[in-house]
Formats: sequence, structure tokens, C-alpha cells
Amino acid sequence: MNDSTPMHDSRVDLAIIGAGPAGLAAAITASGLGLTVSVLDEGRRPGGQIYRGIEDAPARGEQWMTLLGEDYARGLDLVKRFRASTAQYRPEHSVFDIAPDGGLGILGPDGAHWIEAERVLVATGAMERPVPLPGWTLPGVMGAGAAQTLLKSSALVPGARTVIAGSGPLVYLVARQMQTGGANLVAVLDTTPRANYRRAAPLLARAMLAGNEIRKGLAWRREVKKATPLFRTGVRNVHVEGVDAVEAVSFETGGGRGRVDCELVLLHEGIVPNTQLAMAAEADHDYDELQACWRPRLDAFGRSSAPGILVAGDGGGIAGADLAVEAGHLAALAVAADLERISHAEAVERGAAARAAIERKSALRRFLDTLYRPRDEVLAPSHDDTLVCRCEEVTAGELRQIAAMGCSGPNQAKAFTRCGMGPCQGRMCGLTAAAVLARAGGRSMAEVGHLRIRPPIKPITVGELAALDGVGPPPDAGPLLPTAPDEGTD
Amino acid sequence: MFKRLHDLRTPVSFEFEGETVTAEDGDTVAAALLAHGVRHVRDAVVSGRPRAPYCMIGACFECLVEIDGRPNRQACLTPVRAGMAVRRQSVAGGTPDGGAQ
Ligand SMILES: Cc1cc2nc3c(=O)[nH]c(=O)nc-3n(C[C@H](O)[C@@H](O)[C@H](O)COP(=O)(O)OP(=O)(O)OC[C@H]3O[C@@H](n4cnc5c(N)ncnc54)[C@H](O)[C@@H]3O)c2cc1C
Ligand code: FES
Repeated sequence: MNDSTPMHDSRVDLAIIGAGPAGLAAAITASGLGLTVSVLDEGRRPGGQIYRGIEDAPARGEQWMTLLGEDYARGLDLVKRFRASTAQYRPEHSVFDIAPDGGLGILGPDGAHWIEAERVLVATGAMERPVPLPGWTLPGVMGAGAAQTLLKSSALVPGARTVIAGSGPLVYLVARQMQTGGANLVAVLDTTPRANYRRAAPLLARAMLAGNEIRKGLAWRREVKKATPLFRTGVRNVHVEGVDAVEAVSFETGGGRGRVDCELVLLHEGIVPNTQLAMAAEADHDYDELQACWRPRLDAFGRSSAPGILVAGDGGGIAGADLAVEAGHLAALAVAADLERISHAEAVERGAAARAAIERKSALRRFLDTLYRPRDEVLAPSHDDTLVCRCEEVTAGELRQIAAMGCSGPNQAKAFTRCGMGPCQGRMCGLTAAAVLARAGGRSMAEVGHLRIRPPIKPITVGELAALDGVGPPPDAGPLLPTAPDEGTD
Repeated sequence: MFKRLHDLRTPVSFEFEGETVTAEDGDTVAAALLAHGVRHVRDAVVSGRPRAPYCMIGACFECLVEIDGRPNRQACLTPVRAGMAVRRQSVAGGTPDGGAQ
């Protein structure tokens, strides 16, 4: 396998965006079937979110592997098989544009290029669900997964007094990893709604049969509970307090309000698909009520409604790393069949085991999605002064005001308030803004719709665009990202 | 706020707002700043309030900094390089002549 040699892969059978479990598995299968493959990832090393830093991990010693756990260590084999494949790998390359004909705009350390592919696989994974609550923009507040990213990639653990507040499987995994690493975790505030336990209970028995994930999760939880001075469940109304940085967290439980001094707050309310590129490609998306997020409409092999564009892994709906591998494999088979390297019958046959694996885990997924469905307060914050759009600083109250004026959805809200017009292009506010407007207007998420995403989806200068080499559509001459105060070149 | 579990093996030094920061080779700029105790990485564009990295995976754009005069660099995706000059970003879209984003 070759690390990026500029322009060698300017035309390939399959371009894969994302070197996480889904993208790596797809690259291994597709290159094994003789397809020319290029894998683009904005990270430095393969592995994606779950296996971030995995190639550097063995050199950090056995203790390090124990700290991160056996699920993490399993990524090593996948990454090795990818490295041994003929797929070309371009680390530190962000995909900022996706054209209907398979053209991709990519930006790397050596500037911007266009590459062309017969098929494109979007394997961009998930991001942590934004958790809009009072004080969440203060320095010292970040995602639990964000702190875990610092651990996996740079061996950093929180040194200050730290509180984890949230819900979902990642909460206890991260808490346990941090405690093993010697973090000063002063409180764990579990926000899983009590009512969810009742709803999920009937699904438990079948979910337990689908694998040992639940037992593992319960074990982590027991360990964390034992090691944490303040452990609370059924937590609501979390507020982060502070002037220029975090000073404390206050919260509510059945027993009244509590408060704990801290310097670092790690929030987590599950993860949601990173749909930016699939939306930019104008693939159809549906709102998934149970997972409370948008997901691209896909066939069983990952083909989206946009011609030539497939999606695999958590970017197509949250299913976890193991199923991301299966989905990546299926997508590669679909591409090989569509490009007539194998027959469709062969694709179905070779994909049977992956399809069965996905089916086997569906009971577990349903249980987890039911148990960890975020409370309404997370989806549509009730405090009027809570910031929804971090970039342009638009509050929930302002959104409710424009809803009362007849604003019909997040695209119109942009014009009213600039919500979603900042550099993150609605990644952080899109779901929340739609939920606030839906709630205020008594409509469903499907009715209010999602933000339209327009390339470029990454910051790029006019100079970089002007220097574009390779083939492909000429870029628009207009302002590149909506926040741009001017259109100067560098 | 964060501490390193390992001693630096391949130290790399760069500047943040004129101050020298030493990081591990392979760290992102955001990781290096957080390990150095920096809490204020950019200013919010409307209120001017201090902000800091939130997602660490390129989604939130709270880590936007100016690197070697170029605005709108995502510190959580940019590896440190010896001698780079990093500055807090305090204007939407960067300095007036620093390019649209
Ligand atoms: C912060 C975080 C931490 C997580 N940690 C764990 C964990 O410890 N254990 C666990 O079981 N699950 C974890 N998950 C869940 C995660 O979604 C896994 O299920 C798994 O990593 C999903 O695999 P994937 O291949 O679908 O995508 P990912 O692993 O997310 O990989 C997607 C890749 O796409 C790249 N990418 C995204 N957009 C672009 C672009 N525009 N241009 C170029 N590259 C791009 C990213 O850099 C990334 O490497 C985590 C999720 C997050 C968000
Ligand atoms: S910290 Fe979120 S984009 Fe860098």
C-alpha cells in the first residue's frame, strides 16, 4: 500500500471517505476483488474514532492496551490487513466537496485536488450528539468522546477535577478508561431517563442473546460506581456554571438539586451519524425517531439514493464498530457487482454472512436505542437562553420566537437568525434547531426537514480553490463558507 | 486540565500567542494546547466569549486558530510542526486579508 503520492489515484474505481472500521473493511474487500481503491481520511492514521491511535499503541506498552481494553486492541488486526492491501491511503486529506458524477474535492497538506471515482463510499462515521444546556460553551466543557480521543491519540488524561454527565454505552467505557489512567473523576451523573428502563426492559432478554455487550457494560458501570465519589442516576437539568471557564456543575435528581465543583465537564448523549457529505451529495435522508437523528436511506448493501454513492458504518445509522466492518464489506461487494467485476449473485452470496451478523445484532441495537434515547430536554432545550448554534450564538429562545413568526424549518431559520451559517455548517445545531422548531410548531421532524448542506463542507481559501489541479467541475466563485466576512485570497 | 501519561519522547516546540509550547510529535495542535493548560483557544464571533475545543474530531469548529498567518485551521485535525506560530482566532473568518474560509 502506498501513502499519498500526489495524483496517482486521480481516477479510481472506488474512493472511500473515512479510514474507520467501515472504510477499512471496504478497502480490504474491494482491493481484494481487484478494484483500484483510494482511501481518504482527515486523520493522520487509520482506525477511525474507535481505533484512533491504534498503530502507535503497541509501542506504548502492554499496560496501555489494558487501559484501553480488548475491544480497542482488536482494531490492530483490521488496520494491519488494510496496510497489507493494495488500497491507496491518503491521510490528512479532508473531503470538502462531493459532485454527483463521482468527483471529490480533497484538501491535504499539499493543497486542494479533484479526484474522480466510479463509485464513492461515504464512511465518515458518527459524531457525539451535541448536548445544548446552560453553560455548554464554556472552556472546560467537551464531549466524553472528545476526552477519549485525547487519551487514545495523545495519552492525555484529565488532571483537573472532572465530572462526566450523560447517557449511553460510551459514558462508562470512557469513565473506566479515565479512572484506570488516573484521572480525577469526582462525579458521574447518569442522565438516562428512568422511564427508558421500563421501556427497554421487555427487550432485554433477546438483547442479551445477541452478544456479551450488555454484561460488559454492566461490569464497567459497577467498577465506575465503586471508584467515583459522587455517583447519581436519573439526573436531569444539568447546568454548567462558570464565568470564563467551568467552575461547577449543578443538576437535579429525585432527591433535589445537587452541585459539584469541577474544572472539566465531559458531556455525552450518544452519537449521531455524520451526514454532512451524504447530504451534500443530495442523498435522501429519513428521520429515525428511535435514534433521534437523520440517516441516509440505503438499500441492504449501502447504496444511497444518489447515483454512485454508497454509505457504510455509523454514518449510515448508529450500529457500532463490528457492524461497520460488515457494512463496509457489503458496500465493497455492491461496488464490485455494479462495476461488473463479480456477478450480483456472487455479491449476495459473499455478503450472506455479513447480512446475518447485522440481523443477529438487531435485538441488541433496539434495546440500546430504547434505553439510551435522550430525554426531550437534550433534543430541544427548554431554557430560552441556552445556545443552540455555537458558531453564530443563536439561542433556543430566539428559535422559538421565529417559530412563532411562522419560520417553517432550519433552512428558513438561517435567514432569520444565521443559525447554521457558521463554520460548522449546522453540524452542531442542525438537529437541535429542527427539534426546537418542530416542538414549537407542533410538527414532526420529517415535516420541518434538515438543513441543506452545500459544499465546500470544510474551510478552504479562495487561493486553495484557485490552485485546484486535476479534473472536475470548476468551483463556484461565490463566498465559500457563509461566515466569510470577505472574499480575500491568501 | 490534562496531564500526560507518558514523558515526551520526541518533543516538538511551537508558539502559541508568542509563548513556547512543547508537545509530543504526532499531537494535534488542540491536544498540545490542552496539555499545556490553555483553556481559551478562540473568541466567539458575536459575544467575544472565550471558547475551547469541544469535539476533537473536526465537527464543532470551536478549535479554529490561525497557523502561520492562515486563519480557520482546525487545531484538532492539524498535527504540530516545529516552529509553527499559532494564534487565537478572534474574528469571524479570520483576518481581513487572510482569506475567506
Ligand atoms: C469521539 C468518538 C469516540 C468513539 N469511541 C468509541 C469507542 O471507544 N468504542 C466504540 O465501540 N465506539 C466508539 N465510537 C463509536 C464509533 O462510531 C464506532 O462505532 C466506529 O468508530 C464507527 O466506525 P465507522 O467506520 O463507521 O466510522 P469512524 O470510525 O467514525 O471513522 C470515520 C472516519 O472518517 C473520517 N472523516 C469524516 N469526515 C471526513 C471528511 N470530510 N474527509 C475526510 N475524512 C473524513 C474521520 O476522520 C474518521 O477517521 C466513538 C465515536 C465517537 C464520535
Ligand atoms: S474541536 Fe471540534 S472541530 Fe476541532
